[in-house]
Amino acid sequence: MIAARHISKSFPGVLANQDVSFDVAPGEVHSLLGENGAGKSTLAAILTGLYQPDAGHVEIDGVRVSLKSPRHGLALGIGMVHQHFRLVSQFTVAENISLGDRKQNWILSTKKVEEAVREIGERYGLPVDPRARINELTVGEQQRVEIIKTLYRGAQVLLLDEPTSVLTPQEVTTLFDSVRTLASEGKSVIFISHKLGEVMDISDRVTVMRDGKVVGNTSVTDTSREALARMMVGRDVDLSAIRATKPTGTPLLEVRGLTAKSARSQVSDASIVVKAGEIVGIAGVSGNGQRALAEGIAGLTPPVGGHITICGIDVTGKGSVAARKAGLSYVPEDRNGTGLAPSLSISENMLLTEDLPFLVNHKSAVAKAEEAIGAYSIKTPGASTPTRMLSGGNVQKVLLARELGHDPQVLIVASPTWGLDVGAVEFVRSKLNELRNQGRAILLISEDLDEVRALSDRIYVIFEGKIVMECAGEGADVTTLGLAMAGASA
Amino acid sequence: MTQESVLVLTLAAAIGTGTPLIFAAIGGVISERAGVINLGMEGMMLIGAVTTFLVDNKTGSPVAGFIAGGVAGALLALIHATLAISLRANQIVCGLALTIFGTGLASFIGKPIEGQGLTKSFGSLHIPALSSIPGVGPILFKQDVLVYLSWFVALIASLYLNRTRTGLSLRAVGENPATADAMGLSVVRMRYAHVVAGGLLAGFGGSYVILRIVPAWSQAGTTNGIGWIALALVVFASWRPLRVILGAYLFGVALQANFALQAKGITVIPAEFLAMLPYLLTVVILVVLTANRRTRGAGAPAALGLPFVRDER
Repeated sequence: MIAARHISKSFPGVLANQDVSFDVAPGEVHSLLGENGAGKSTLAAILTGLYQPDAGHVEIDGVRVSLKSPRHGLALGIGMVHQHFRLVSQFTVAENISLGDRKQNWILSTKKVEEAVREIGERYGLPVDPRARINELTVGEQQRVEIIKTLYRGAQVLLLDEPTSVLTPQEVTTLFDSVRTLASEGKSVIFISHKLGEVMDISDRVTVMRDGKVVGNTSVTDTSREALARMMVGRDVDLSAIRATKPTGTPLLEVRGLTAKSARSQVSDASIVVKAGEIVGIAGVSGNGQRALAEGIAGLTPPVGGHITICGIDVTGKGSVAARKAGLSYVPEDRNGTGLAPSLSISENMLLTEDLPFLVNHKSAVAKAEEAIGAYSIKTPGASTPTRMLSGGNVQKVLLARELGHDPQVLIVASPTWGLDVGAVEFVRSKLNELRNQGRAILLISEDLDEVRALSDRIYVIFEGKIVMECAGEGADVTTLGLAMAGASA
Repeated sequence: MTQESVLVLTLAAAIGTGTPLIFAAIGGVISERAGVINLGMEGMMLIGAVTTFLVDNKTGSPVAGFIAGGVAGALLALIHATLAISLRANQIVCGLALTIFGTGLASFIGKPIEGQGLTKSFGSLHIPALSSIPGVGPILFKQDVLVYLSWFVALIASLYLNRTRTGLSLRAVGENPATADAMGLSVVRMRYAHVVAGGLLAGFGGSYVILRIVPAWSQAGTTNGIGWIALALVVFASWRPLRVILGAYLFGVALQANFALQAKGITVIPAEFLAMLPYLLTVVILVVLTANRRTRGAGAPAALGLPFVRDER
């Protein structure tokens, strides 16, 4: 249906695609698997017409085409659903689908679009109310709108870019059902992902990319998760579950009935205990109060009710400095922003949480930062590089280096491996495990359920600001957790 | 006219006073809906006013004067568009600069005509039947043609924004330019067109002032800061054209209260205080709207004030 032939594309300093060939047949679900920076997105951008290849070409139904823009690509039946949705949140579903649609008359009439949305929704199992405003919809529903939008424009080939990263396990199941329906109707689906389990689950064929090159192309029936992981990373990786090996100690973090509000996030009556030598996971879909919980404990937002005790010291309502003094470190999800000041250098950022004299000794700060750069193998031109210039994995390493440098008794980490490549994920996980073995208490807040399950000794599920479930990490059941994350269980 | 009460006269005058605010604030709404703040409005009104004066006195045609005033405002807005859209300058800074520039340029052009009067202008246009309704008639339907035009402009702007394909694209450009761009719309072209259209309307506002409110050029007193009031009105109206009418007339009443009370011989409140009233009202409304969590930023385009840069690696 659509094929890439010997595509090469380079950007200043990077060879993003190198002699890449790829094809997908009608009715096929073909996964594009690779780490961040492997060249998947560049290939997708070339297939949709956003970029033009330096060498090689794209074929549609065996005919060589030169795609000039995503609009041109869509006119030829190639549509993409981006990881970050291209929706105007203040508009209704029908308005979003009408946007830029030249079939519409100048005087808008959304009736026809509304009908089309219902019809496409029924046909492919993508129900959504065409009159609802986007900001009233769940993320899963918004994704449906994106898929409907491309289908409405006549897409025969759908590229889904990391579509499951924002969904609950149940929503993933629904999405996969729709993808199968699409394929059975003869559409081609290109599924871009770095999640092995999902790729194995949904695809007919898999193409694996690494460092801009295709390193493998296989039918899923002929391969295994382990084999794909090896192809993707280039070596054996161990991301299997790690649990506490020693018995846990006394409670270091005790939260009783915490009620707090933060920007667009709210937590009510949450009680959590984390003991020494334990990683406790908070599972939940993004935006269910995780931020208020973390910032409430870290003292960044004053609690409306409840008590927080860190290492036996009551820090309720005493602010972030008191929480830190009591032994807490906090690694927020928003690394460059809340965690670090993006325009400040690595060494300056490392100083931010220190008790500083009035005059700052930059020399010792730089020396300290260089030490951290070595110890954490942070890739940077130097200690004076602003952190906004660093890649996601290296930013996270700077933040971890600073926070762990305080030798915290209690550590809160939010989405610690989000957006990191497998190598960096391994590193962060081993660091967390190391801390656990040193008898520290770690609260792991993550939307990545696999991660929570792989690391946690105990799991709490948060839904709409309330802790709705608690269970052991060992043998935690995905379906049960997923239902709790969706608010289905009490 | 002598049989009309002071109240009716005041309200009728308030309609006139509110009219330049309608033109300018609708212009502001259109520009801001595209995501571009226009702090140069006061400058555009002044340039519009002085151009109208010159063209009107030269040609003897108030219509030509009115149109020329709009075009002058649009030209100034084109500079704003170039700076704010193509060169991605800070919109606040270049808007302010344009007000200063526009004010200076207007007084330079107006130097030879300082204090002179306008020779020809629009007269009142009494709408048959409607104008003889007691009370409402003299207030609403014994106005000049430009007042009726201002209602028409507000209505058209409202329909355009909400009911047309281009209006939908415009709103998308102001709310989420990246999405609009991905949908194949030209963010730059849309923004240029609407900033210039906004300038045209601001120019019309200035024209109205010189044609109907202060028919003599005075560099200090012609617009008297109402460009700033128009700017506040955009916020007050939550970026909705029809609400602009309501707000504009409210300010019109505030601006007229001074004369009305003096005419009645009421001097308990000092005239200076009354003269301050509309500006005070502006501040109070903005404070109330921003202090209230629910109304703060309600209706504000999400990408207001942000230059658009396509994200390409």
